[in-house]
Amino acid sequence: MNKLTEVKKTNRFMDWINYRYPWDAFMKKHLTEYYAPRNFNFWYYFGSFSLLVLVSQFISGIWLAMEYAPLGDTAFASVQHIMREVPFGWLIRFVHTTGASAFFIVVYLHMYRGLIYGSYKKPRELLWLFGMSIYLILLLEAFTGYVLPWGQMSYWGATVITSFASAIPYVGKTMLIWLRGDYSVSGVSLHRFFSLHVIAIPLLLVILVFLHLVALHHVGSNNPDGIEIKDKKGPDGIPKDGIPFHPYYTVKDLVGIAVFLLVFFTVVFFIPKLGGLFIEKDNFILANPFQTPEHIAPVWYMTPFYAILRAIPNKLMGLLAMAAAIGLMFVLPWLDRSKVRSVRYKGFWTKLAIVVFVICFIGLGYMGLQPVTPLRAFLAQVYTVGYFAFFLLMPVYTSLEKTKPLPEQLTE
Amino acid sequence: MTPEDKIDLKRRCFLRRATSTVGGLGLAAASVPFFSYWMPSADTEAAAAPIKVDISKLTPGEQLTVPWRGMPIWVVSRTSAMLATLPKLDSILRDPNSLEDQQPAYCKNPHRSIKPEYFIAVGICTHLGCVPTYRPDKGGISPDWLGGFYCPCHGSKYDLAGRVYQGVPAPLNLKIPRHMYLSDTEITIGEDKDGVEGAE
Repeated sequence: MNKLTEVKKTNRFMDWINYRYPWDAFMKKHLTEYYAPRNFNFWYYFGSFSLLVLVSQFISGIWLAMEYAPLGDTAFASVQHIMREVPFGWLIRFVHTTGASAFFIVVYLHMYRGLIYGSYKKPRELLWLFGMSIYLILLLEAFTGYVLPWGQMSYWGATVITSFASAIPYVGKTMLIWLRGDYSVSGVSLHRFFSLHVIAIPLLLVILVFLHLVALHHVGSNNPDGIEIKDKKGPDGIPKDGIPFHPYYTVKDLVGIAVFLLVFFTVVFFIPKLGGLFIEKDNFILANPFQTPEHIAPVWYMTPFYAILRAIPNKLMGLLAMAAAIGLMFVLPWLDRSKVRSVRYKGFWTKLAIVVFVICFIGLGYMGLQPVTPLRAFLAQVYTVGYFAFFLLMPVYTSLEKTKPLPEQLTE
Repeated sequence: MTPEDKIDLKRRCFLRRATSTVGGLGLAAASVPFFSYWMPSADTEAAAAPIKVDISKLTPGEQLTVPWRGMPIWVVSRTSAMLATLPKLDSILRDPNSLEDQQPAYCKNPHRSIKPEYFIAVGICTHLGCVPTYRPDKGGISPDWLGGFYCPCHGSKYDLAGRVYQGVPAPLNLKIPRHMYLSDTEITIGEDKDGVEGAE
């Protein structure tokens, strides 16, 4: 089919391998003959970036674990030891802390891409569910990781979040002690969070990422037009609008990665705390069970849900609303009744709904960072209503609105 | 094909079900140690034993905080003026008569304590576990504030008997731990006259 294959020399080593392991077949199926739509835009960088950050978190995390001591009376000091005494310890730690926030930035943008282009619609529902599971597990990974430096925010964040369990009727109190392994959050809790953070959750993450990619390569990538490229194939059986992932998108992603790393390391080197957004100020004070910081807020990526929790003046209801806020994202494929996938061909109401949703999500994120005042509490309630309306009214506006006709092939 | 060669589907189905059931029970039993492992260990339990608190140096209006089980236990010496504020607040409290099970039976009274002047409570907000601050200053939180405890995390308010206000995120009154007086100046936290140990 092309000249390169004809002149390719036989490689006896690769022949030996391929007879025993499907190396070439695998590479073809997933890279050189995996056909992706030719119109991927800016939004399609964030999947690759997520994978890059995952690898970076693994490496920096393994290195941190070599010098970190996960006990109540050593944890805080060992983090200071990494920062001040271990050669390049500060770099490895800031790569890891910045990586945590970077992970959520790229994952949120990746999810937003899926949202606007309808990448969750048939046949990509499972792909979306695996992705959402990754997001959920990632929240747990971030939470358990944030406890490890054993500063005030670690301690009080752990106290607030584990106490969610106590809202469960009947078994709540026992579950709380079971989760913490003590009658309050203590070194015992810290030690088990360490185990979960470095072994259990990463393992689960890798498995879910694998499933996410297997599902993706089975159904193929969606694209900004939201039409199936597999429907229009050339005489060679290759989608007319498809190009091999390697080299076209690997090279495109490399350019993106270069820019990403430039921004990433600017933060790592010059503003690793990002004004208290990436590492909160109170976390430089040793955990103290007898003094609650004046103002407790989780790290920015959890604040939208925290704002929903606070917006509802009832403990159990607040927790249920927070769980529902995440749960609704899972069922998105079944809420969208539109005939088309992409926002480009959807009607006015979907576009309006997405704008409202983005405003509410960012608004909630901001409110969750701030101390409560009556005005902010009211605004948080308005945003909460907007957030839920986006999902709960989706079956209505997506089925009623007039959509634009879909093109036969990709438009650009 | 001889009759002996025929597959006995009924027997096969039975065997499959029996194997799955026994295997499933085995797995469930095997998971018990893994779940139990997360419960407090013997030394954690030992560290959670009852403690004695000397209250002889506590002056009226003062708050004493002692750590017990990693929780702040408060002993507040309430003046008669402070005690007089309690009945005035009944109408704006969630549970003014302490109907919810947040105190031992001997503290289910208007002042929520054994002796009216000494208030003993677990200093943990019933919303999400923060430590409320002792604010006896009248008008300190709002102009009509008569004194009490204020949680800095989410703004929950409690009166001087640890009874929660309406319209705040905390659902319950502050917890009163089991305790007893050994003498006029010494109390035990975590154990009471009924011989029951623990916070509950």
